[in-house]
Amino acid sequence: MINKVAHKIKELKSAINRTVRLMEVCGTHTVAICRHGIRDLLPEGIKLLSGPGCPVCVTSIRAVDTIIAISRHKDVIITTFGDMMRVPGGGKSLSNAKSEGSDIRIVYSPLDALKIAKDNRGKKVVFFAAGFETTAPLVAGTISEAEHAGIDNFYIYSVHKTIPPALKALLDSGDVLADGFILPGHVSAIIGKAPYNFIALDYHKPSVITGFDAIDILTGVMMILEQIVNGKALVENQYTRVVKDEGNLKAVSIMNEYFEPSDAQWRGIGVLSGSGLELRSRFKHRDILSVLNPDVPEGKEPEACSCGDVLKGIKLPVDCGLFGKACTPEEPVGACMVSSEGSCAAYYRYMGIRIV
Amino acid sequence: MCLAIPSKIVEIDNFRAMVDVYGARREINLMLMPEEVGIGDYVLVHAGFAIQKIEQEPAHEALKVISALIEDAGKEIDPQNASSRDMDGDSSTGSG
Ligand code: SF4
Repeated sequence: MINKVAHKIKELKSAINRTVRLMEVCGTHTVAICRHGIRDLLPEGIKLLSGPGCPVCVTSIRAVDTIIAISRHKDVIITTFGDMMRVPGGGKSLSNAKSEGSDIRIVYSPLDALKIAKDNRGKKVVFFAAGFETTAPLVAGTISEAEHAGIDNFYIYSVHKTIPPALKALLDSGDVLADGFILPGHVSAIIGKAPYNFIALDYHKPSVITGFDAIDILTGVMMILEQIVNGKALVENQYTRVVKDEGNLKAVSIMNEYFEPSDAQWRGIGVLSGSGLELRSRFKHRDILSVLNPDVPEGKEPEACSCGDVLKGIKLPVDCGLFGKACTPEEPVGACMVSSEGSCAAYYRYMGIRIV
Repeated sequence: MCLAIPSKIVEIDNFRAMVDVYGARREINLMLMPEEVGIGDYVLVHAGFAIQKIEQEPAHEALKVISALIEDAGKEIDPQNASSRDMDGDSSTGSG
């Protein structure tokens, strides 16, 4: 099966007389592509570029510094997904703050954070709410539980981001040279197909919602090439076993009930308009920034770090001078090396196996 | 790793369900599910919530792929965070 699809891809590519650049938007795809050695299975002239789809990597320095500043308050407990712990802020990470005495706890689910709030009524329990549309509905659901159960000491710090507005902003900027998009599987399980229509209608580029298996990714690439060869630009869905065309309407509706779009700072990229989620005014009492709002300046990325270009698909991690030398998963310089889904970390882990 | 993991429902009580994932049991929340699910169904679970129903066959397939990915990620895990990650393979932000 894999060979058949790989063969078909070769055939299609031979009908296209130029290099084809495809952006895999999602960090989980980046990892899967490295791990399955997908690049080895593609003919010359097809380039896979990583995109901005790793929520850990795009969390701004200022956001990390802000949550650390909040953690310094005595009556605060910070709760976070484990992969945010080592993300460097301007100077420190949550992990550093914890060893300096801040009460910071790793949770598997925002519901675990709510439970901590229930058990510690004298403290403000703050969930560091990072993640895309896959995660934001869960956080909305947790707030609704908090409201129903009257757990008043549960707060969030929302650094949620949304994928379609970010793709739109990147396409508008002209920085992104992709000829087609491998669209995220699990974000799409929530939002469905329609939010991506602008990619086809306004930018005339093909895109395919794709699963995470080797055969899924190859099939996704094949579907994009077919569109290119046939002069089409459509949003297609390869991952039908999980992604319904309409997405998960219930999850979207609870997300929209609690959150509204806001501008958001993407690390290494800048502010992308309408690509964030903030709590609606009637739920502001759940926003820790409405209670504690430390004045934290915007931080600066280490100069030699090329994370921004990596996240925009302009550079590959191996094009960064620090990659694998000054910057490794043990001693990360930039955020793309911290998360196991960061492009730099994925390349590093599979380096020497089948990379580039 | 930021993945949603296919899990099999083994018990249901209103909006709560127990799932079996890699032989471990874990409680999940069903409030975001757009359709009814029953015992034996596979759902995609992200950070304690079921977010979609999956066809059974593909769920088996995906589980194989995902457990391999998680195994790999496990090698990279910060020892400090390891305990929170070992069973579910991740405590993560969930991306694509
Ligand atoms: S290798 Fe390190 S320094 Fe270079 S872009 Fe990646 S994270 Fe930044």
